[in-house]
Amino acid sequence: MATDIPVLEISNLHAGIDDTPILRGIELEVPAGEIHAIMGRNGSGKTTTANIIMGHPDFEVTDGGVELNGENLLEMEPWERARAGVFLSFQYPQAVPGLQVGNFLRKSVAAIRGEDEAKGAEFRKRLKDAMTELDIDRSFLGRYVNDGFSGGEKKRFEILQLMLLQPKLAILDETDSGLDIDGIRTVAKGINAAIRGTDSGALIITHYSRILEHVQPDKVHVLIKGRIVKSGGPELALELEERGYEWLEKEAEKSA
Amino acid sequence: MRNMAGKEAREAVGEYKAGWHDPENATIRFDFGLSEQVVRDISALKNEPDWMTEIRVKAFHHFENRPMPTWGNMSMLEEIDFDSICYYLRSSDATENDWDDVPDNIRDTFDKLGIPEAEQKWLSGVTAQYESEAVYHSIREDLEQQGVIFLDMDSGLKEYPELVKKWFCSVIPYQDNKFSALNTAVWSGGSFIYVPKGVHVEMPVQAYFRINAKNMGQFERTLIIADEGSSIHYVEGCTAPTYSTDSLHSAVVELIALPGAHIRYSTVQNWSANVYNLVTKRGIAHENAKIEWVDGNIGSKLTMKYPAVILKGEGSHAEVISVAYSGKGQHQDAGAKIHHLASNTTSKILSKSISKDGGRGSYRGMVTVSPKAENCKLNVVCDALILDDGSRSDTYPTMEVANPSARCEHEASVSKVSDEQLFYLMSRGHSEEEALAMIVNGFFEPFTRELPMEYAVELNKLMALEMEGSIG
Ligand SMILES: Nc1ncnc2c1ncn2[C@@H]1O[C@H](COP(=O)(O)OP(=O)(O)O)[C@@H](O)[C@H]1O
Ligand SMILES: [Mg+2]
Repeated sequence: MATDIPVLEISNLHAGIDDTPILRGIELEVPAGEIHAIMGRNGSGKTTTANIIMGHPDFEVTDGGVELNGENLLEMEPWERARAGVFLSFQYPQAVPGLQVGNFLRKSVAAIRGEDEAKGAEFRKRLKDAMTELDIDRSFLGRYVNDGFSGGEKKRFEILQLMLLQPKLAILDETDSGLDIDGIRTVAKGINAAIRGTDSGALIITHYSRILEHVQPDKVHVLIKGRIVKSGGPELALELEERGYEWLEKEAEKSA
Repeated sequence: MRNMAGKEAREAVGEYKAGWHDPENATIRFDFGLSEQVVRDISALKNEPDWMTEIRVKAFHHFENRPMPTWGNMSMLEEIDFDSICYYLRSSDATENDWDDVPDNIRDTFDKLGIPEAEQKWLSGVTAQYESEAVYHSIREDLEQQGVIFLDMDSGLKEYPELVKKWFCSVIPYQDNKFSALNTAVWSGGSFIYVPKGVHVEMPVQAYFRINAKNMGQFERTLIIADEGSSIHYVEGCTAPTYSTDSLHSAVVELIALPGAHIRYSTVQNWSANVYNLVTKRGIAHENAKIEWVDGNIGSKLTMKYPAVILKGEGSHAEVISVAYSGKGQHQDAGAKIHHLASNTTSKILSKSISKDGGRGSYRGMVTVSPKAENCKLNVVCDALILDDGSRSDTYPTMEVANPSARCEHEASVSKVSDEQLFYLMSRGHSEEEALAMIVNGFFEPFTRELPMEYAVELNKLMALEMEGSIG
């Protein structure tokens, strides 16, 4: 496979819901092995971008394209995208009462990586190691998916799934919110382990720079009103921390 | 959700996997319709003692004069045509204790349903009823040696007439309701069980009921007596072919848990969508006894069933855990009844219902505490999950508490499957149908974990089939 094909390529993406435009021409490329950050205020379209990559059926893409390793994602159902290697760590993971964590993990690994990967001692060891790394207790496996989980538990559980599913593209939507500093460090370790030195890529969505101190992003993109108005290196995150978003919003208005 | 799985599949009737039928090979078949003569003929055919014939005839007259219930799904009840039902049909002249001796086509049916296999692996005894009579029956030798009686009801009456006479209709008099009267008049088959003092039957015993013929009425009668300090787990399953005309299943089940005994009665009801399932189930719990009904209703056209427990002895305990699935054209009107007659008695009702494709689920429950019963505890939880807009769920809970020391808890919830939940599961590689099945099975989990593992797996598979092609 040619290595110059990016893991994720979004071109001129326009999308919305019920005829209301939300994304207006997003351009973004994440090459293999890189971790990129998307920053922006509440309501700027970060979660919508993630949802569209994953294939949320409520949104309508009106123009542009999204490709995973050169493959058109927009024609696939969400589960096909998952099987093709897209993973989304949700900003608000959903509870499924009665569905046990252990059982769900096994089924998801089987669906995405194949039955063989979800069986036997090897699977159990991978699961145990990942749980140890994320500081998750064994009793967790008997609980119901996200049911009564604290904010921090939900986020750790998303990263546990990331580590077991080994996607080509990991999108982490506000994984840092709801975590204390130890939690952020642990989760960052998980992300680094899943992406660095592999041919996968990651997109970290956040509106704080805190997590970025632990997961050095290769690039930082700023999203304002459905458009990426500025891209830069990790230093851009620090600049945003200091100066806020207004200066960029003004720049964006001028150019709009 | 939009533009997802195919819509046609939703309409497919082939989803019901037990809907085949064998050619009908009746050795005795009564004409359609019911009369005093039919009732007497059934009794004569079985060579019954006079007292049984008498009670049948009395019950028949009660049935005739008793109006239909004026609640539940009255319009569906009115559609029952009692004149076009066959009240007795025998397909095999003997109840065998070796599957090899059971007529081939009947044995094949039970093979397909996995009964002989389950028997070998995890059951203490099996009775298999086909139309009106048990065609196969067996019990493990060690249990027999301990004095456990496990027979089909007709053999029970022949071999233990005094025991049967003592307890028959003692928990559910034939006058209880129209359908208990009907059952008492024309009953055939069912199980008779007696567990002696202190004997624990470790592995479950199972009864399987199969209706094969068209317009058939199946009226099995079950009586379980658990003597002091004993325990038993009885499991029943049932299926029928899919026909365009209706059949009627109307059973009566009476349980007697003597002091300190424990009876658990589990049902996975999966009748085809042309069967009326109108069943009366009730148990009496004496001092410190425990009765549990674990009741799953997946199939049938109309089910009306409210397993009941009378907490007669101090310190006795009742549990009714039920699930109901109502799909297209189905109405599951199910629930529970518990009467606290003695002090320090406790009860728990957990009802879970799912409706889909215009199906209707109703929870109808009644819990009473009598004035003399001190310090009773009761807990009622009903949850409903509605899968689409045209489906319906209602709850009719009643609590009559005549003693102020009672502690009552009642919770009810109605929820819908959200698009966000489905999307979350789909993002983990699960198709929309699989995702829905996961949510549904999760919803039923508090029920399935009470079932023997083999049944739980079976139930989950059944529900996955029901979810197939269900999203348009
Ligand atoms: N399901 C939805 N229905 C209607 N509007 C939505 C929906 N999801 C997002 N939006 C709107 O799209 C905009 C971007 O939202 P979102 O992508 O969630 O922002 P962010 O994640 O950056 O906070 C907001 O104005 C929001 O109200
Ligand atoms: Mg967001």
